[in-house]
Amino acid sequence: MLRRLIPHPLVSLMLVFVWLALVNKFTLGNLILGSIMGLVVPMLTAAYWPDRPTIRRPFKIAEYVLIVIWDIIVANVQVAWIILFKREADIRSHWIPIPLELTSAEAITVLAGTITMTPGTVSATLSADGSCILVHCLHTDDPDGIRDEIKSRYERRLKEIFP
Amino acid sequence: MPFVVELLIAIALVISGIFGLVGSFGLIKLKDTVQRLHAPTKATTLGVGGVLVASMIYFFAKTGNVSIHELMITVFLFLTAPITANFIAKAYLAKNTKPDELPGASGDFGWSIYDDPPGSDKAG
Repeated sequence: MLRRLIPHPLVSLMLVFVWLALVNKFTLGNLILGSIMGLVVPMLTAAYWPDRPTIRRPFKIAEYVLIVIWDIIVANVQVAWIILFKREADIRSHWIPIPLELTSAEAITVLAGTITMTPGTVSATLSADGSCILVHCLHTDDPDGIRDEIKSRYERRLKEIFP
Repeated sequence: MPFVVELLIAIALVISGIFGLVGSFGLIKLKDTVQRLHAPTKATTLGVGGVLVASMIYFFAKTGNVSIHELMITVFLFLTAPITANFIAKAYLAKNTKPDELPGASGDFGWSIYDDPPGSDKAG
């Protein structure tokens, strides 16, 4: 019964927090309105999201977020450098398939988002059974190196967060 | 407002301006759609991020309160930018690329744009 009412407790908590952050003012009325949102939205969308993701080692998330933010800053500089100073003919783009060890949809979504936000890579599509992700790399001489780096830097950490 | 704070705000704004400009320039310079995707998804995150940092510093110096709106904008940006890029890439692949132009997937199934998922009628 409780599971029917609150199918995703973490999402409910986050919606309350996001609502309070959006109005930017903490009052009782806002808290109640936010709680109503936090209860109703997960209930309405539960049908599209039947499984509850399990998160192990939540403190690892902070480490992951910091690493990704740092990588985004580095990525910006690298991509800006390529755009400004490389001649068009010298830019060698590659399609790189990366076999995945992650299985949960949430973990793969986070990985795909991370790949898109970080150094010169954009995730394009998954294989039909979700066991492989196709990544486009703006400029590299070593596609295998990029694949290994994504696997060791991001996927290994995500595997610790999502079992 | 003290000079140091104004300096910090100015630096953040200039950095964001530069990256915004470079991101837009990338749209002109790079040669095909997938390459052009890289410019807005990367260069613009720091472009928008710089403005948000400047805004946070300004309002903290002016009112003494930390404004959380900027953090929310960052979160929404990080959620939506990869999804947009992903959809553009998929549309491009579906319209302009043949399956044999891409490297094969490592598993038993091909890329989801061309192949049906396991368990559907036409699969296998």
